[in-house]
Amino acid sequence: MKFLGLVIVCLTGGLLLYGTMDLPDWGDPASPASTHLSDYYIEHIVEETQVPNLVTAVLADYRGYDTMFETAVVFCAGLACFLLLRDFRPGKNRYYRHIPTGVMLHFKNPETRMIPGNEFEHMDKDWVPSDIIIKTVCRILIPFIQIYALYVVAHGDFSPGGGFQGGVIFGSSLILMAISYNLKTLLKRVTEKFLSIFAATGVLIYVGLGVLAVIMGGQFLDYGMLAPLVPWDPGHVRALGMLGVEIGVGIAVMAVMVIIYVNIVSEGRHDEGL
Amino acid sequence: MNELLALIVAKYNFWLYIILMMIGLYAMIAKNNLMKKLVGMNIFQTAIILFYVSIGYKHGATLPIIQGGHGTHDAVIHAADYINPLPHVLMLTAIVVSVATFGVAMALCVKIYQRYQTLEEDELRIRLSEK
Repeated sequence: MKFLGLVIVCLTGGLLLYGTMDLPDWGDPASPASTHLSDYYIEHIVEETQVPNLVTAVLADYRGYDTMFETAVVFCAGLACFLLLRDFRPGKNRYYRHIPTGVMLHFKNPETRMIPGNEFEHMDKDWVPSDIIIKTVCRILIPFIQIYALYVVAHGDFSPGGGFQGGVIFGSSLILMAISYNLKTLLKRVTEKFLSIFAATGVLIYVGLGVLAVIMGGQFLDYGMLAPLVPWDPGHVRALGMLGVEIGVGIAVMAVMVIIYVNIVSEGRHDEGL
Repeated sequence: MNELLALIVAKYNFWLYIILMMIGLYAMIAKNNLMKKLVGMNIFQTAIILFYVSIGYKHGATLPIIQGGHGTHDAVIHAADYINPLPHVLMLTAIVVSVATFGVAMALCVKIYQRYQTLEEDELRIRLSEK
């Protein structure tokens, strides 16, 4: 099987390499990909949409439907992870950690409970103490990563940036918190309910802006129709519409990244896991 | 021979991506472990993404962000000055969607492991026929 696979791969690779003879040279400005539609985009985008960032303009305006359903795909992926893995059975054994000394207590009877507070916290069997250096560095870095993520989202329409990228950066800062501390610390700050609501809200903002344009008398996702709602800046209403859509995308992507991570590392039990 | 060399130099991006793609394809065909297959699929996807981004590149062009576009400006925009934004848009969404689908694939792997205690394909086949 391995030898057969190698033969097939070599054959396919050889045919593809033979096929490159007909492809345009690297960086050729006259290649078919950059002579038809992209020229129109580059030359007309600023007058048509007032957005200097061409990538965002094509993403959220010319191909708005496409991006809307990409966001829906991301949302569905988060939902699929949740439905496949989430385990609602209560754990039989309970573990508590005495915070000042670090001693773990194991309760075999599920009836006996302790109230977690300043002295004891609820823990899991797989819990390992995290390193003080890693903890401190992450504690300093995470707020800056999050500020940077918000900066990237806010620059979606006027300079490099956008909702997908900013959302991933924000989500990864939360994942970093779970890795450097533990999963319980993360889930205390961003609960499962919060994440689910945010993932749905992101998609809702996107679709809602499209429906709002329909209500205002335009076509779906025609941001120019939102002008009466933004009285202060009529010239840039399309740019503001795209910014709103990017914020929605960012929220959805951020929440879905964390949902996928949390469910996979703990096999849906939402305890320590990895 | 010199012609072949000139061909490779003119289109070296495609050659590199096809080699990368074939590494991913080989992993998907020949590896037994489902996780390794997934990693192969990710390599394949990355090669496709690099391929598309390289199509958008133009010599002597800059990022697809119009200079002085924020606010009023009357300067004529030349298409040759900016790289092609379209492949970037497509790949921007493709990257995020590939991460999301990879997450779903890993969730399925976790489920398979929980039920059959293995991710090796031949062992899985034996356990499936046992039931």
